[in-house]
Order: sequence, then structure tokens, then C-alpha cells
Amino acid sequence: MAGAGGGGCPAGNDFQWCFSQVKGAVDEDVAEADIISTVEFNYSGDLLATGDKGGRVVIFQREQENKIRPHSRGEYNVYSTFQSHEPEFDYLKSLEIEEKINKIRWLPQQNAAHFLLSTNDKTIKLWKISERDKRAEGYNLKDEDGRLRDPFRITALRVPILKPMDLMVEASPRRIFANAHTYHINSISVNSDHETYLSADDLRINLWHLEITDRSFNIVDIKPANMEELTEVITAAEFHPHQCNVLVYSSSKGTVRLCDMRSSALCDRHSKFFEEPEDPSSRSFFSEIISSISDVKFSHSGRYMMTRDYLSVKVWDLNMESRPVETHQVHEYLRSKLCSLYENDCIFDKFECCWNGSDSAVMTGSYNNFFRMFDRSTRRDVTLEASRESSKPRASLKPRKVCAGGKRKKDEISVDSLDFNKKILHTAWHPVDNVIAVAATNNLYIFQDKAN
Amino acid sequence: MSQKLEEENPAEETGEEKQDTQEKEGILPERAEEAKLKAKYPSLGQKPGGSDFLMKRLQKGQKYFDSGDYNMAKAKMKNKQLPSAGPDKNLVTGDHIPTPQDLPQRKSSLVTSKLLGKVD
Repeated sequence: MAGAGGGGCPAGNDFQWCFSQVKGAVDEDVAEADIISTVEFNYSGDLLATGDKGGRVVIFQREQENKIRPHSRGEYNVYSTFQSHEPEFDYLKSLEIEEKINKIRWLPQQNAAHFLLSTNDKTIKLWKISERDKRAEGYNLKDEDGRLRDPFRITALRVPILKPMDLMVEASPRRIFANAHTYHINSISVNSDHETYLSADDLRINLWHLEITDRSFNIVDIKPANMEELTEVITAAEFHPHQCNVLVYSSSKGTVRLCDMRSSALCDRHSKFFEEPEDPSSRSFFSEIISSISDVKFSHSGRYMMTRDYLSVKVWDLNMESRPVETHQVHEYLRSKLCSLYENDCIFDKFECCWNGSDSAVMTGSYNNFFRMFDRSTRRDVTLEASRESSKPRASLKPRKVCAGGKRKKDEISVDSLDFNKKILHTAWHPVDNVIAVAATNNLYIFQDKAN
Repeated sequence: MSQKLEEENPAEETGEEKQDTQEKEGILPERAEEAKLKAKYPSLGQKPGGSDFLMKRLQKGQKYFDSGDYNMAKAKMKNKQLPSAGPDKNLVTGDHIPTPQDLPQRKSSLVTSKLLGKVD
């Protein structure tokens, strides 16, 4: 993947990202329900799922490259869509339950059908997505249009034959895992044993078996006996990609705890505690808020994990708890804007982060529809933008630059001109190829590396 | 606000230098921002991460409706209208009792996602 030489587009790393597709409405008026709330590739990368605030799931499938349309280059087209969750009202607690899909996680494929878990604040559902491309014709008891035949008129028996039909993709809910969370679910994670998964809310983490819906085990509980003593909440949790007994969870205080389920049934006592020491002289009113971790992700190798706090992305070696091995600044220029970001609540935005397939690069979103990529080996980074302006087919993305100081160079954008309503909270990287999906409010952008 | 040279965009530095200088630069702008916030809201407590703040976070989505209150109010004011919600329907204050009219309309499940694009 050699970087392009001239052409005026010095890529921050060896990638040369080009626009591939954009999905969603163009109009300025964004309907609340259309806001994308989660994006996730499946294990092969052939399927890309999105969830939105309206409780809907849309799955795209990568087109097989063929000679007829050589330029389609693995485009993603709609494969299936369904209403996963509906709005509910808990009358007992006077609680409105949003239908917004907080997370989608795919199960590894074991047969022809695809399975995914989708969750809102309270309920997790297992969906089966299956294809049907044949139908039976020549039934004995009913006509072709489905009407029952008069039994007296049936004089002979025949064997129905299977005929091809237009592909139909059906989604059906196979399991509903409900009533296990008092607080709002922020994470779900499938175990490497492919039989169990965890769901985490603000104060508790539960372990489920995929086949059993009426029972779940509580494995982490940080609720204090007296709620007045509450100092931190769980913000994200994930199972280790290979070690089925290991999980991590992050907190609003900027710490990560690694738990081993073999040590005890209730993992309140962590096995490892990851926290970067803070310089006490630099502490401010904002310190704790901006240290809150919004996402934690293991590397594919399982050796590292990445955390995202408000201003940075940190890579940790699981063997070293004292400090991260890498810190990447996402938008350090916002440090001098924290007052207004607190007033408009942007300081509480929860950005996600992701690894590329080989763990050599990481990506996360920012404001103004910018997203950032960090190459871990070359230590170079780049800021790119998801916008309709740079959405010509296969057009290279131009690196962006934000100017925090006085003198703004041409092509730079000043911090005060940034649109804080255009936030990229959710991004996903194909597990193998250099294809990325970026959710910009109600639009889904897909970018590919030129070398693909 | 004093603008020192150090506060210029740290992103222009290379990756290695970032971590050192940003720690030094981080103190000044963050404290300045804190001072601005305290000036605007003098009653703001010292600890933003305290239990009050977290409790609010845990209670997201709470809407209070008491059917007893609602029916009593309806009985009392047979001729008059119930005090209705102001522009912000989510805020429950004073005599306002949430009524079924105030609840957000349940969206139709038949609306398809715009990510599907134009259907031919």
C-alpha cells in the first residue's frame, strides 16, 4: 500500500482514502429517528449493519466484484432492514424507554443464516437474518395462491418441487433478553466461546447464554449501598477476543478494570486496574469529565486495548497497568473551549474508536464531520472529512487541518468555525480490507483505500 | 484572554513532541476555561463528578405520571382546561400534570429508513 507521490494529497499514513458511497437523505432537516446510533461490520466484512434512533436496523451487503460492473469495486447495497425495537413506557417506574439502538454485535457465522444482537436501553434481541431463494410449488392441499383445495377434488398425490424465486431476505427475532437491567445498557459483547455474551449498564454487567432468555448472571455490580456515595459509572465493557474468561470495563473516572471470571463468580474485584497517573497540579473542574472513557476496544490480537476519552485515544498494553503505551490527541485545540463545550453539553459526547484489521492503525471521530486516523507504526495521523462536497466517485479525500491560534492558513479551518452539531460518534473498520464506514448524523459514508 | 504562542495548534507538532508540550500547555487553557465557567455560574460546585451529577445521568427518561393526581385534577376542573405544558413538554413543573396529549406521539413502525435510498 504505497502512498501516492505527487498529486498534492500527502496522506498522513500509507492509506489513500477515497470516497466510495454515501447513504441517507440530503435534506438539511434531520429527522430524529434517522440519526445513526451504531455501525458494525460482521466478521467477514461482507455485511455492514447500522442502527438508528428510530429503532431500525439496516444491513448492507458487499457486492461480489464481477466483470459486468468492474467499477462497483465491492459496493455495499441494502440487504435487509427491520424494526428492531419499539418505544416503550414502563408504567411501574414512570420511565420512557427509547427505541434507539445503542449497539449491534454480530455473531460469528455458523451456517447459512446470519445472527446479530441489537440492544436499546433495556432489552437485547437476537435476530436471525436468512435468505430464501427457492419456493415449493405443487402442494397437494392448497392452490398456488394459497387457498385450500376442496379435499373431495384431490384425486392424486404429487411431490412438490422446488423452484427458484427472487431472493428474499427475512429477519426474525429469535430471542428476547429482557428485564435484566435497571439502568441503561451501554454495551454488549459476544464471548469468544460463541455461546455467551455480556450486557453492561451504568452500574452492572450481566452474563447471558444465547439460548437462555429467562436467566442471566450478574458478574459485576458497582452500585454502592448508599447511592449518595456514587462516584463512578460503567461506560463500556468488552470480552477479550480470544480468552473467554477475560473482560474489561471502563468507567466515567477514566479507569479500566480487567476481570477474570475464573477467579470468582462476582467479579467486583478486578484482576488488573488501568489508570494513567494524573499530574495533580493540572487538575481542573473539567479533569474528571474529560477523562471519562466513552469506548474501550481490544485489538484483534488481544494483546492491546484502546480507550477513548474526550480529547484523546490511548493504546494500552494489557501487561502494563501503570500507563498507556500510546496517546493520540484527537482534537487538543478543544481544551481552550471546554467552558462552552460544557454549556452546550458537547463535553458529554460519547465518541467510539476502532482498530483496523491488522491493528496497525486506529480511527475515531470528531466534530465538523471530521474523523481522525492514527498509524501506530509510522506515528503519523490524518484528519479527514465526511461531506457531500467531496463525494465524487473514487475521489481522494483531502486531509483537513484545524487552526487554533491566530493566523489561519488557507485551507485551514478555525476552531470557532467548527460545527459542533456535526459529530462523528460512530465509525467502523472492515475486519480485513481497508474499507471504513463513518456515520455522520443521518448519513452513512463508506470510504475505500485506493489500493483496494 | 491572553493568547500565548504556546497555545497554537499542537497538531502541527510531530507525534513524539505532542505528549510533552501538551501537558505543559494543557494547564493554562483548561484553568482559564474553568475560571470562565465559575464566573458565569458562581454557585457551581467544586466536584462535577459528584453523586448528584451521576444520579441525573442514571435517571434519564423519567417521566412522572400519577393517575390519582390526574383524575382528581380532572374532577376538580370539570369546566376548565387542565394546566397544559409550556413549549417544553418534557419539563414538569408546578401544577402541570402530564396528560395523554402531552406524551410524544408513538411513531409509526412502517416508516422505512432513509438509508435505503430511493426504492425503484
